[in-house]
Amino acid sequence: MARATTTRSKITFTVVGWLCGLLLFFPILWTFLTSFKTEGDAIANPPYFLFFHWTLENYAEVQARSDYLHHFLNSVTISVGSTLIGLVIAVPAAWAMAFSPTRRTKDVLMWMLSTKMMPPVGALIPIYLIFRDWGLLDSRIGLTVVLMLINLPIIVWMLYTYFREIPGEILEAARMDGASLAKEIVYVLTPMAIPGIASTLLLNIILAWNEAFWTLNLSTSRAAPLTTFIASYSSPEGLFWAKLSAASTLAIAPILIMGWFSQKQLVRGLTFGAVK
Amino acid sequence: MGSISLSSVRKSFGTTDVIPGIDLDIEDGEFVVFVGPSGCGKSTLLRLIAGLEDTTGGQILIDGKDVTAAAPAKRGLAMVFQSYALYPHMTVYNNIAFPLKMDSQPKDVIDRKVRDAARVLNLTNYLDRRPGQLSGGQRQRVAIGRAIVRQPSAFLFDEPLSNLDAALRGTMRIEISELHQQLKTTMVYVTHDQIEAMTMADKIVVLNAGRIEQVGSPLDLYRTPANLFVAGFIGSPRMNMIEGAEAGKMQAKTIGVRPEHIRLSPTEGAWSGTVGVTEHLGSDTLLHIDADELGPITARADGEFAVRSGQRIFMTPDRARMHRFDEKGLAIR
Repeated sequence: MARATTTRSKITFTVVGWLCGLLLFFPILWTFLTSFKTEGDAIANPPYFLFFHWTLENYAEVQARSDYLHHFLNSVTISVGSTLIGLVIAVPAAWAMAFSPTRRTKDVLMWMLSTKMMPPVGALIPIYLIFRDWGLLDSRIGLTVVLMLINLPIIVWMLYTYFREIPGEILEAARMDGASLAKEIVYVLTPMAIPGIASTLLLNIILAWNEAFWTLNLSTSRAAPLTTFIASYSSPEGLFWAKLSAASTLAIAPILIMGWFSQKQLVRGLTFGAVK
Repeated sequence: MGSISLSSVRKSFGTTDVIPGIDLDIEDGEFVVFVGPSGCGKSTLLRLIAGLEDTTGGQILIDGKDVTAAAPAKRGLAMVFQSYALYPHMTVYNNIAFPLKMDSQPKDVIDRKVRDAARVLNLTNYLDRRPGQLSGGQRQRVAIGRAIVRQPSAFLFDEPLSNLDAALRGTMRIEISELHQQLKTTMVYVTHDQIEAMTMADKIVVLNAGRIEQVGSPLDLYRTPANLFVAGFIGSPRMNMIEGAEAGKMQAKTIGVRPEHIRLSPTEGAWSGTVGVTEHLGSDTLLHIDADELGPITARADGEFAVRSGQRIFMTPDRARMHRFDEKGLAIR
């Protein structure tokens, strides 16, 4: 028999779920609302929620002061580029680790993950100097490579867990059926791994899109993505909250829309393997 | 053609010898069953023949040709896996057609062969389905279909029925035997189930700890087991083993008698004991008897045999069908 409290606990869980959702969403909502306020209204105390003078002047000023499209294209190039290069490197790596593991495979995976545990600032000086000497500062290629390297452990780990779910016997069956390694990969492995590859791709584009530490430190204008664009509206003096909010809203809108349309894929990716 | 010959084939994983060295000849058209307890190396041996594992030493010949270093695809064998290993993203049609496509055969030939195989295996109505929409028995038939379209020189089966329920296992056993009679192709079949081994094999290879204990026809192994291991493994319920004074009377360390070779009587016999649990199978009754100093003995009686738990009963073994073993566990003939 089902528990007697089913209905009540269902309501409780729904309410708690909504509260958590709203709590997480609130900063985005507040940024969005602030972007339509005047600078004065933006810092009013107590704050205005919905009843203020709605204006588009922040967006107009942001567009006039900086070239949104330029930063947007930089963001797209860097996030998509770093993810694609990362996949090209990570697919064979994850493949090898999942299907012909050695005694050291677990250690290699741990070591890769451990690089994510070091605070990035610890590597900033050497990387900055390398970039300066190689003329990579403020270049899209430089940022793409750095973001690719930063996210590579995550890409390998995600793909590794996906590939592990593919039964080895199916690959052996393909081998018995006369498939060469290339045909085995094209006809059997890739079609089975496509959902995993797709969600890895999506998640890493989002991570790279939002990455701020390296993009802020290694770019100024030419290669600057949207993170730098947002940061340029923060200033030590004067009122800037509304303009900053407008810039932020513009910066997160594309990735939010992409995430919305691919949420099914993403959720599957994040919970993959949790249940059979 | 499909004769397979193994000479001193060895396999070790790291420092553990899984197969210390095996010599075996499989004739063309034979149905050979590798049987043994789990971990005895039977699946490894099959995978060595398939080429899915590399040998550590020795030689594998298929039709007289050395294939020890050849890739699985080059050996002309087909394999049916325990988990079926169907391609989940392909329809039944494409699953069966896959080996033919890999062989770059023309489309019309592929179509004809796939439809022929589907007809033989009663899969014609399911060709457009995906493996996920099929029952266990149907999936197994698709796996077999994928194997037969290639017309391989031999089939390898790795515990193909162990994921099926008992009733289905019985029917599939017969289907595979019929397939063997139709195709007359060599089949190598791995199982831990001695009933499958007894009913299907032309030749049984009993394996234990990576070694061959005995090779022979099912009835050979049943009638003249070479040692204690084979005696205990072949036959169900298993042979009763008796040690001590009773064995000494027959100049042996251990004597064995099968449950079906014991005559029961309520009044007189060579041995006596108290009936414990009785299992009524309908056609037979199995009696678990506590035979005092002889230890527990299982006996088989006919289905109508009237007996109560706790009753005193007398047993007379069929002396001609008793087995004697020496200190090393080897049969004394």
